[in-house]
Amino acid sequence: MIKNTDIHWQAIEADPRFQALHRDKNRFLWRMMLFALIYFFCLPIAAAYFQPILTVKIWGVMNIGLLFALSQFIVAWCIAAIYAKRANAEFDARAKALIDDAHNIKGLI
Amino acid sequence: MKLKSFFCAVFTTFLVLSIPAHAQGAVASEYRWLTFLVFSSIIAATMYITYWASKRVKSTADFYAAGNSISGLQNGWAIAGDYLSAASFLGIAGLISLYGYDGFMYSVGFLMGYIAVLLVIAEPCRNIGKYTLGDILAFRNDPKKTRVIAALSTITVSIFYLTAQMVGGGVLVKTLIGIDYEVSVIVVGCLMLAYVVFGGMVATTYVQIVKAVLLVIASLVLVTLVWLPYGFSLPAFLQAVVDDPKIQAQVAKLLGTAASNMSAQELGQRFLEPGLFLKDPIDQISLGMALVFGTAGLPHILMRFFTVPNAQEARKSVVWAMAIIGGFYMLTLFLGFGAAMHVGPETIGSIDKGGNMAAPLLAQYLGGGENSLLGNFMLAFVAAVAFATIVAVVAGLVLASASAIAHDLYVNVIKDGNASQQQQIKAARIASIGVGIVAIVIGMLAKGQNVAHLVGMAFAVAASSNLPAIFLTLYWKKCNTTGVVMGMLIGAGSAILLVLISPNMTYPQKIVADAKIVLEGAAGKPAIAAKASEGLICEFFTFCQKAEPAKPAEAALDSLPFQVVLIGSEIDHGTPLAESKKAQIKIATLEKQIAKAKADLTLFSSQKNSMMGLEKPLFRLKNPGIISIPLGFLMVILFSLLTRDKRSEELWEELYVRQNTGLHVEDVSH
Repeated sequence: MIKNTDIHWQAIEADPRFQALHRDKNRFLWRMMLFALIYFFCLPIAAAYFQPILTVKIWGVMNIGLLFALSQFIVAWCIAAIYAKRANAEFDARAKALIDDAHNIKGLI
Repeated sequence: MKLKSFFCAVFTTFLVLSIPAHAQGAVASEYRWLTFLVFSSIIAATMYITYWASKRVKSTADFYAAGNSISGLQNGWAIAGDYLSAASFLGIAGLISLYGYDGFMYSVGFLMGYIAVLLVIAEPCRNIGKYTLGDILAFRNDPKKTRVIAALSTITVSIFYLTAQMVGGGVLVKTLIGIDYEVSVIVVGCLMLAYVVFGGMVATTYVQIVKAVLLVIASLVLVTLVWLPYGFSLPAFLQAVVDDPKIQAQVAKLLGTAASNMSAQELGQRFLEPGLFLKDPIDQISLGMALVFGTAGLPHILMRFFTVPNAQEARKSVVWAMAIIGGFYMLTLFLGFGAAMHVGPETIGSIDKGGNMAAPLLAQYLGGGENSLLGNFMLAFVAAVAFATIVAVVAGLVLASASAIAHDLYVNVIKDGNASQQQQIKAARIASIGVGIVAIVIGMLAKGQNVAHLVGMAFAVAASSNLPAIFLTLYWKKCNTTGVVMGMLIGAGSAILLVLISPNMTYPQKIVADAKIVLEGAAGKPAIAAKASEGLICEFFTFCQKAEPAKPAEAALDSLPFQVVLIGSEIDHGTPLAESKKAQIKIATLEKQIAKAKADLTLFSSQKNSMMGLEKPLFRLKNPGIISIPLGFLMVILFSLLTRDKRSEELWEELYVRQNTGLHVEDVSH
């Protein structure tokens, strides 16, 4: 096992591979988070201020409001699936490459 | 061997306490043995788990984090178990059965909270922390200061949440089988303590898993029975909801005079549209914010991520939890509508005002009604699962508070981290017992109190205090100790203060005025023209005028005693039996309301002001999230920018690399 003192955290943080990883990860996460928040808050806002839209019937007595509420579940699951897929396939491997190389990254010190 | 006999003792105590119950419950007395059989088999199963787990708890890591031995799938079920508390299982099904669409909308926020957990909280916390919220914050901030404040916040959130669960549990058991409220609070408390003290996180986790599986099975069976007659067609099922006369009557009752020129079909359709329960739009958004940001700050949910071996398993557990929780909430739509059709909103509301009995009553109906063996078996099963839910959720909350007291305050602040494994486990057990006793006492003191808002408040405090601190510590380089401490204090403080001056509290003058309307009637009111808002702040506080739409004139209201006389005079010998029976039921309901109003009048007429010395609420909203959450974030940012902290700066790179990669997760220690 690697000892704590062998690791140069500043150097790893400055490593281009880490910089690229955290930039890609953050960009991906914030986009999905923002989308999820906007999509969610549309529901109470629509229920409060745009009620006539939600009451339009589209499938028997099923209205847009019910469909919109149900779609929130689908959106949540899709976000979870998309994130898990990309994290499993890409971010984990990139993080592992950094961990395996951690004691070789020493920077300029 | 000593342990085994202890578990037998707890088990027998429960049975002995329960058997002499003869008060009224939802179950007829000749079937009460069945209820006990089902309750005791489920409790016996959890006791066996605890006995098995107690032999596996050897180290602090076992006690707090189940030795990191839980798999992602298992943890997903356990998170679902923690989250599907009585409030969401019984409460949401109940709200849907009484108010339709709005009840369902409520559940969406609960699920969406997990997106923040998955994307920004679960994996970094797994990579940085060990057992508690304090571990995460203390990584780069001043360890003692942040641990103290994290422990305080953890205990506050847990106590709010826990009080709601204890009171809910007490009422549930009392309503179902007629055990005294106090006795059931003690039983819940003792069972929960047995799980936590002997089995620690191992027992708590497996109890949660078993309970979550039972809950999902029970709901699947009920939904199948409800939906089967419609060939599993969604439009056909919803059509039946719209056509149901009981539901139409409920909507007419909720809408009052506005319903007078609506057709039966329109009334039924209105049940599928928003606005029957949640009326204030800003309050809805505020509640939504508390749910979406609060889930990620709940200490007992956070703690679950320390039970898995690595970030990959943490991720997997949230994905599983989202699948289970989301699927379950979809089932509640059918449970709620099913209960509304088969049992009827009026019956559900008459047994419990909040609708909490909707799911158990639906089970009884589907099994063949209140006089059938199967019906009572199904009622008992659903009730026992709900009971197990409350005990397990309370166990998780007590474990979270106990870890904050023992691990953060005792071991790391008082003892400077110098404590042996034995001392640490002992401290954790003593803290658990302490918190457990506090929970039982609070549960008894809160008897008869309206505690529904406490869960919303727990979420609001978690969202305004814990989330900003965790989030900015993990992702913002400039975040430091002063920022975290001040942000948490002001975030939590403002959330609590706003609730204390909100309409959630009891205002004697309002109660007295309402009681007088019941007893003496009210004069008609002229139409009121729309009022313009005097500024944005007036939408939140009552000291100035908020925007209000025009109101039509209201007719004078007869007093209830007069209504009783009126209905009584309409019944004579010629009235058909069915109708006079209906009238008598109506009179009985009215008389109950009159008695309640008289009691309120004697109780409250001597008081003038609320607990905070207010005549009327100063804050308009029931949930403080919309103000306290941004405030919490803002304060962390402001105080971080105003002060400098060498440690927070020096450790940033290490924290940021660790949280992103999981490097060195094996020996995170402070």
